[in-house]
Amino acid sequence: MIKSILLVGVGGQGTILASKLLTTGLMEAGYDVKMSEIHGMSQRGGSVSSQVRYGKIVESPVIELGGADILISFEKMEALRWLKYLKPSGRAIVNDFEIQSAPILSGKFDYPEGIVEELSNKIPTIMVNAAEQAEKIGNMKVMNIILLGATIKAMGLQDINWEKIIRDSVKENFVHINLKAIEVGMSLV
Amino acid sequence: MKKLLTGNEAIARGAWEAGVKYASAYPGTPSTEILENTALYKEDILAEWAPNEKVAIEAVIGASLAGVRTFAAMKHVGVNVAADPLFTFSYIGVNGGMVLISADEPGYHSSQNEQDNRNYAKFSKIPMFEPSDSQESKDMMKQAFRISEAYNTPVLLRMTTRVCHSKSIVECSEREEAGIKEYKKNPEIYAVPSRVGAMRVKVEERLIKLKEFSETTDLNYIEWNDTSVGVIASGACYRFAREVFGDNVSYLKLGFTNPLPNNKISEFCSKVRKVYIIEENDPYIEEHVRILGFDCLGKNFFPYTGEMTPDVIRKTVYGQTNETIDYDNSKVVPRPPTLCAGCPHRGIFVELGKKKNVVISGDIGCYGLGHAEPYNIGDWCVCMGASFSAGHGAQQAFNMKKDSNTRVVSMLGDSTFFHTGINSLLHVLYNGSNTINVILDNRITGMTGHQENPGTGYTLQGKKTKEVDIERLVRGMGVDNVVVINPNDLTAVKNAFDWAFSLDEPSVIITRWPCVLKKLSTEDNEEFRGVFKSKCRIDHEKCIGCRACIRTGCPAISFDKAIKKSSINPDPCVGCEVCLQVCPVKAIGKVEA
Repeated sequence: MIKSILLVGVGGQGTILASKLLTTGLMEAGYDVKMSEIHGMSQRGGSVSSQVRYGKIVESPVIELGGADILISFEKMEALRWLKYLKPSGRAIVNDFEIQSAPILSGKFDYPEGIVEELSNKIPTIMVNAAEQAEKIGNMKVMNIILLGATIKAMGLQDINWEKIIRDSVKENFVHINLKAIEVGMSLV
Repeated sequence: MKKLLTGNEAIARGAWEAGVKYASAYPGTPSTEILENTALYKEDILAEWAPNEKVAIEAVIGASLAGVRTFAAMKHVGVNVAADPLFTFSYIGVNGGMVLISADEPGYHSSQNEQDNRNYAKFSKIPMFEPSDSQESKDMMKQAFRISEAYNTPVLLRMTTRVCHSKSIVECSEREEAGIKEYKKNPEIYAVPSRVGAMRVKVEERLIKLKEFSETTDLNYIEWNDTSVGVIASGACYRFAREVFGDNVSYLKLGFTNPLPNNKISEFCSKVRKVYIIEENDPYIEEHVRILGFDCLGKNFFPYTGEMTPDVIRKTVYGQTNETIDYDNSKVVPRPPTLCAGCPHRGIFVELGKKKNVVISGDIGCYGLGHAEPYNIGDWCVCMGASFSAGHGAQQAFNMKKDSNTRVVSMLGDSTFFHTGINSLLHVLYNGSNTINVILDNRITGMTGHQENPGTGYTLQGKKTKEVDIERLVRGMGVDNVVVINPNDLTAVKNAFDWAFSLDEPSVIITRWPCVLKKLSTEDNEEFRGVFKSKCRIDHEKCIGCRACIRTGCPAISFDKAIKKSSINPDPCVGCEVCLQVCPVKAIGKVEA
């Protein structure tokens, strides 16, 4: 059985690092893994996605429409933008965090209301406050790792040795805070 | 040892394992990370950014002739620039193995067109490999060098975005030293008319031998399942097809696609009842299948543009995609990419927006974002370096109209200027149009993610080098009207434009300020003392809600409709002061960090 995880957000939120750690863990656990990203303009505040697929043998690195088992949205509105990629039987973990896009900043649009209601009406949705939790840990930058922790728990991947993955992937000074972030993330789901 | 690698990382790994000693490229999505990752093998491979793709491949040709294994990598449109040396090198042949990697972009995620570079292999008569994932990328890279040397030919390795930027598991091995082959003088490879005839014959003979290889190699293989439907595919399309059809159809998987294996194709097509050709961009395989006399479902069935991702195949074959969730999409507001807070291009757009009767000849780079809201600056954008030359031609044409006062402003960045803009400026100067030529020097190649270039003073592998002084270069070419300005100083920008518009001969305005995302060098820190260290703040007591600051398009500034005031988010703000200068009531002040 192939599982597909769609991580979405805004350029600069760290979706790439989160999916890198996730895929490394999945590979070490013995799964075949593929991941697809579109680079290019994302650094300039555009909408971004990382598509992770794992199982016995994975063919396509791309998640198709209605193909994701779970949608992890690092930003609230992005969850709706990408919802068509979720299976009707899927679920969403959504960071209760707003990043205003250029047309909102300029006053042309308002940040949309009722996103959480719209999501919850359609699919099982877990809202997490990763920003608040990251602040508690003492570094806003681990928001992505908190969301990774939530993903790990939601997909039942706790048995993978995440401590080793983190130790191998981040600078020594940041190992502790990242491990803490994963733990906090897991507790939110 | 297993590693999870992108296709680009796998190519770099394959190059290292194959004993490559020299590589060169010009950055371009989705190919950029190939050379960046190759550069990490500092002890074994000399990896160099070239000013453009033609120069990159020419340097690689020289390295091959001198006897080392070598490669050049570029995005699809880069091969257009490199095509001239490629076609003749096909005649000359290699000494050390040579591979050209072309990263194509079906779906044009970050490109100006969707061209199919498989045509280049056929056109230049060289063998072609098409990997479908990272393992194949690495393995084919190594095999490409063996074929290059065995058949005395450059090789095209054609990737697409989904192969370049997708990660999958790769079994890695050790480096095999290929050494430096002896260089022997050989007058037969000197491409002049008296020699070409013999070379031309060798190229055709080589293709015949390669046809035999194409028939026998296990890179082209058939997987027999049910024979009601047979799928022929190469590259990422093969994986997409397998995702949709699994083991329910038969496959002819093509990994070596020039020349194509006639016998294998004929065997396959004659044994299946219906043939699907699943390929992105051009009907490259399809036309060949039709020439062989077989009917098939190709571009008459599947879309002629975009990626053949599983949902596209599903929709075409079954009439529908997977079931999706129906929801209220009106709640989703667009999130277009924007110029960063503190982007040094902003000041130019703000001032240029005030000029009337101006045509803007654009180019490839972040400043291309100027054509969108709120600037709407940019009439056209063609290809790297085209702004100056296209602007020149346009100005000459506008000037043919009686009493025309239309002025053309042409704009490109530092790396684009080095790429092919220098030649374009020569044309402007030599033929003397009164265009205003702006070089937006942000001290780095920005759009592709910060690559060093001839103007930054550093090489790809971190060596300090000569820094090309753009002003001296332009003056040396003979341009008399040159000014260098800080683009965040709006008065300086306005004065420069007023001066340039008053001239009836070519002028060059050079802006010099670092990209806000640049990792600053020691020299940058000395030259731009204190840059990006301060913030601006809006005094709500003074703000009259006129939105002049909002119109600078800075993503750090937002407008609160309820209180009719603008505010600055201190996190992204770097204190560039563009907003401060446009505020009519001096409501914006500087906060030193």
